[in-house]
Amino acid sequence: MRRPHPRAPRRFRTISSLVTAAALALGAAACGGGGSESSNGTITLTVDTFSTFGYEELFARYEADHPGIKIKHRNVVQLDEYLPRLERWIAAGRGAGDVVALEEGILTKFMAQPDRFVNLLDHGAGSMQGGFLDWKWKQALTRDGKHLVGLGTDVGGLAMCYRTDLFAKAGLPTDREKVGALWRTWDDYIATGRRYTGKVKDAKFVDGAVNLYNSILAQQASQTVGHTYFDTGDKLVAGTNPAVRSAWDTTVKMQQAGLSAGLKSFEPSWGTGLKEARFATIACPSWMLGVIKENAGAQAAGKWDVAAIPGGAGSRGGSFLAVPKQSAHPKEAAELAKFLTGPDSQITAFKARNNLPSSPKALGDPAVTSFRNEYFSDAPVGEIYAGGAKALRPLYLGADNNPVGQRFEDALLALEQGKLAPDAAWRKALADAEREAR
Amino acid sequence: MSAPVHVRSRPSPKAAPPPSGRAGGGGWSGRLSRWDIRFSPYLFISPYFLLFALFGLFPMGYTLWVAMHDWELIGSREFTGLENFRLVLTDPQFWNSVYNTAGMFVVATVPQLVMALLLANALNRRMRGQTLLRMGVLAPMVTSIAAVAIVFSQLFSRDFGLVNWVLGWFGVEGLDWAAQRWSAWLAISVMVDWRWTGYNALIYLAAMQSIPRDLYEAAAIDGASRRRQFWTITLPMLRPTIIFTAIISTIGGFQLFTEPLLFGNGDMAGGSLRQFQTVTMYMFENAFTRFDYGYASAVSWLLFLLILLGSLLNFLWLRRVGGGRA
Repeated sequence: MRRPHPRAPRRFRTISSLVTAAALALGAAACGGGGSESSNGTITLTVDTFSTFGYEELFARYEADHPGIKIKHRNVVQLDEYLPRLERWIAAGRGAGDVVALEEGILTKFMAQPDRFVNLLDHGAGSMQGGFLDWKWKQALTRDGKHLVGLGTDVGGLAMCYRTDLFAKAGLPTDREKVGALWRTWDDYIATGRRYTGKVKDAKFVDGAVNLYNSILAQQASQTVGHTYFDTGDKLVAGTNPAVRSAWDTTVKMQQAGLSAGLKSFEPSWGTGLKEARFATIACPSWMLGVIKENAGAQAAGKWDVAAIPGGAGSRGGSFLAVPKQSAHPKEAAELAKFLTGPDSQITAFKARNNLPSSPKALGDPAVTSFRNEYFSDAPVGEIYAGGAKALRPLYLGADNNPVGQRFEDALLALEQGKLAPDAAWRKALADAEREAR
Repeated sequence: MSAPVHVRSRPSPKAAPPPSGRAGGGGWSGRLSRWDIRFSPYLFISPYFLLFALFGLFPMGYTLWVAMHDWELIGSREFTGLENFRLVLTDPQFWNSVYNTAGMFVVATVPQLVMALLLANALNRRMRGQTLLRMGVLAPMVTSIAAVAIVFSQLFSRDFGLVNWVLGWFGVEGLDWAAQRWSAWLAISVMVDWRWTGYNALIYLAAMQSIPRDLYEAAAIDGASRRRQFWTITLPMLRPTIIFTAIISTIGGFQLFTEPLLFGNGDMAGGSLRQFQTVTMYMFENAFTRFDYGYASAVSWLLFLLILLGSLLNFLWLRRVGGGRA
């Protein structure tokens, strides 16, 4: 699934960056960027990322090992803001960095024009194939297998995060093994929620419909048909894909049972909800751990824990690094991208930000599997996430996956606001999806 | 436009060196000086028009050109004539945004101008700390809009907002301001008014101060109360200024963008059911989420026509209400 704002930003940053984005777009000011060569022969490579990739340490190491290279890191916190900017740069043929991060939902859009990106196979990336989960490798490879657009960084393995203090209050077990055993299926999860809601009144069971729905959809779709709103022929199948319907129905059932705090993920009020402990569980792709820690803050340290997700393995989100054709230093940029996506680098990034590696070697590495997260009650997050990651199956996202997904989120929000009944919300989501796919 | 009246006071041109012919006659220098008289004024005002052509007319023309294409940021560019306009005009999402824009314009502007007028009238009196108070009404203007948005989205937040806390005393619990159209409009209008009332008040104040004092004195001698003076002297004398602020507010109101965008935390769709999506937001959504530049350009052209129409209606209405000359 898409990974909207993997790290929920501090409120001021969100808003001020929005204003900046609006001003930039209004002024139609094309930002200059890209690599440059200074007089003394040093090459500056610009790396564009969104959210956090945990690369700071790697950049320093790379610069130390390559004296002729300097790295300039440009980071945009929110993905929604990063995507249009990147699209403009790519379309204009200038402005983009030498290495750009592509979230999987963005990648599908660019896979339609692979010529805009350097073929990494021309730069010896072919030998790295064994270093990636097979489907992750294939996601960025054209169908004829001749053009590799990007190299995988991370995958978004799924788990369920929960607050031990609220669980204790509800008389539920707090041990992560026992909690995981409470909810083998999503029906069990909702039943647990009902038990919880009977005991605890001041905090809901689930953060909101949107985050839960997106997580279930990614999980169900990858376990069954392998695509979400669009089939592999890019035809809109939102209305007929059983995975979409099943994720929708489970979410609606949860909401109708009164378990939802009604918060939309990554909005400021959702961040406040995390801080004020307004809900007890949240579907947790690996990159969510950093988001929770940042929003809930030090006061919640040791109160969160991580258990298995109901319904089995799944992945939501995950990214790639690519080198735009417009780069002045494609060779050096490709080398940097290869370095950053190598197994060792993926382990470093995992330790920094819990971005789950897409390399089987890194996933099996003791540094990952034995990694415990102190903030989350010292949970063995390496084991929890890496264990399921190798069993993950590919998930195809269409080029218009993002706007269509947003319409489903809107309909769920309207349901939570009491503005639409479940059936009307479903019909509206489908109708709006047709409009987006037009 | 007639010939400039100040010509007589102009010194005769010294710039052109007098060639063979006699000055002032039918010779070269005479022709030059006639040209000078005729064309110089246009030359002097030309920088504005040149800049306007470059940064105003050209983008507008180009936008029209884009609007007549199926213009994806990446991908095809195909000439489609007026097809985009036809699609926009039959698009319920577009009309929804027009409805929201017009609705918020009314909800925000009418109280805003009335409050500005009352505020200006109050500031127009002699009092202590006059300058401080007059400057004070401008304070919201100079506050960063990001700060305004942070404060107001906190005030109107569902779970921990100040407004809902106060409403809680009266038994209204957990109102979700973004969920209903009316409440979203209201919250956004409060934001807009907070920012712009002082600005309009200062314009009114300036106009009020140019009203001759003796009118008021004469009225006072005739026994007119302050209220009466306001209605029969201040208001009629302010008519041109009110028309000006109404038109400026129309232009601003129809382009309402930042406040609703930030109220929805950056959601271009403006709420789960597009409760507060304005036309500019819809234009942005098409350009930067759907990447359909042709469609977005058609929306912005229709917005331009709407503003034109709105300003015209406003002008005619106010002139009529005012009873004739403006």
